[in-house]
Amino acid sequence: MNVKQISVFVENEAGNLADLTKLLSENNIDMRALSIADTKDFGILRIIVDDSYKTACVLKDAGYVCNITPVLAVEMSDEPGSLNKILMILGENKLNLEYTYAFNGRKEGRAYMILRVDENEKTIDILAKNGVKMIGQDDLKEL
Amino acid sequence: MPVILNNDRERNLKLMENYFQPEVECASREEIKALQSERLVKQVKHVYDNVPYYRKKMEEKGVTPEDIKSIDDLHKLPFLTKDDLREAYPYGLVATPLEDCVRIQSTSGTTGRRVVAFYTQDDLDIWENCCARAIVAAGGTKSDVVHVSYGYGLFTGGPGLNGGSHKMGALTLPMSSGNTDRQIQFMCDLGSTILCCTPSYAAYLGETITEKGLKDEIKLKAGIFGAEAWTEEMRHDIENTLGIKAYDIYGLTEISGPGVAFECSAQTGMHINEDHFIAEVINPKTGEVLPDGEKGELVFTSITKKAFPLLRYRTKDICILSREKCSCGRTHVKMTKPMGRSDDMLIIKGVNVFPSQIETVLLNQGYPANYQIIVTRENNSDQLEVQVEMTAEMFSDTISKVEANEKALISALKSMLGIYAKVKLVAPKTIARSEGKAVRIIDKRNLYQN
Repeated sequence: MNVKQISVFVENEAGNLADLTKLLSENNIDMRALSIADTKDFGILRIIVDDSYKTACVLKDAGYVCNITPVLAVEMSDEPGSLNKILMILGENKLNLEYTYAFNGRKEGRAYMILRVDENEKTIDILAKNGVKMIGQDDLKEL
Repeated sequence: MPVILNNDRERNLKLMENYFQPEVECASREEIKALQSERLVKQVKHVYDNVPYYRKKMEEKGVTPEDIKSIDDLHKLPFLTKDDLREAYPYGLVATPLEDCVRIQSTSGTTGRRVVAFYTQDDLDIWENCCARAIVAAGGTKSDVVHVSYGYGLFTGGPGLNGGSHKMGALTLPMSSGNTDRQIQFMCDLGSTILCCTPSYAAYLGETITEKGLKDEIKLKAGIFGAEAWTEEMRHDIENTLGIKAYDIYGLTEISGPGVAFECSAQTGMHINEDHFIAEVINPKTGEVLPDGEKGELVFTSITKKAFPLLRYRTKDICILSREKCSCGRTHVKMTKPMGRSDDMLIIKGVNVFPSQIETVLLNQGYPANYQIIVTRENNSDQLEVQVEMTAEMFSDTISKVEANEKALISALKSMLGIYAKVKLVAPKTIARSEGKAVRIIDKRNLYQN
């Protein structure tokens, strides 16, 4: 139960990100979630899309360096304390979180967190045992 | 016995010109030529008898020691290049038994590019005397405190000037490089009068001294700066910030180290120590010897050193030779500052860097061989940046992994080159792929003045 995140190498230069989003829009690619990690010289754009295979092909054909990483997408109720509950579980089980970012779907009252952890399978097991709902790539279409 | 000359050219100062070895430094051209011829004939025989590598080269060219009767026959000898040094590494060009050698010096770089030079005690004396001539030409006397901030160790800078300072009897401060605060403190406390280091370090010391407001506390009067290219603007900057007269010095480990040539009070080129090194300028493409005044590649023949005597060694430095009479009274030929290179070697922070070394590291680390080297000089300090295209293999969704790869590359470059290189990861296909020869080097320093 995971979703496929696409990360793209983007140099820190004016207009670079616009070029990339233009390419996605021309190819009718709808982004569900987006986050950027940046350093002085470059950034890593991370996106969640419905059709990750198509998106990766479009990016590669346009000369971008990108890769696909399976990450966890956790569904929770959109209210105070929801994220904390999940992070507590990770902490108690000594599961290291590399990075995380949030997005909202179209479902009323629900919010989603992308979790990038070192050990996907183990984390999925533990979260599931604690009653945390996770969604898969196919569920993204419904959101 | 110091020879006193009137020199009204420079800053209306009456300069007293001193020489370390006046009988040689001011010998007549005829005497120099005769001395060179005599020494060359002996040296060729010494090399032919003791260096099979060079003997083979001579045989291939059909030259025997008997063909070399005077300096006029020098052009008959085969050239040596850095490739020969690599092929003959480490002992192939050593002409004396190793038990007669007392020192090794080396350049930075990897095995292939590294120069390892050997010295007998006499060879060291020759080298140090050459450095002593340079210090005396810069106004040095026995009462000076010579502050040597070149690196000590395998690098020839520190040991060369240190030895030269000993030879001319000055009080020598073997500071070596780095630890700027201590450098300045010693300079103030111990009254250093002559500074020897790279010009970029001199500029940095000057800035730091100015910032600390210590300019009045230092007693420096002259500096001898070499091991990297520098401009006249930089000379003026250094002279102003440190309140000194700045002298250039030239050398290379292959031939001995610093002191192969040095600047005198006239500062219109560097006198080559012709009693030890014969200089020629050649057309780098054809190998043809060019007349004085023409620009070409500098070639040295070592005529007195015994352990590592290179004959017709191609330096790849482009310059012009001049035998016009010098106002300082020295008669040895003068070379201009190097005006460029006939190969793609860069000198960064005094260290020889070949683009091929960088290429090797990139390929070993899994990066494409498409790269660009950008050299700048910021605050008088050289900066090297290597731009390399990101690949799918080196990319990751986490910053920490990308940075770990980047750090691994930086440290591999550092161990190959001996200096820090900033790495800039750029997007694929952004480095221009030229149709012919790739423009891999962008040197923004404009070091060479033509």
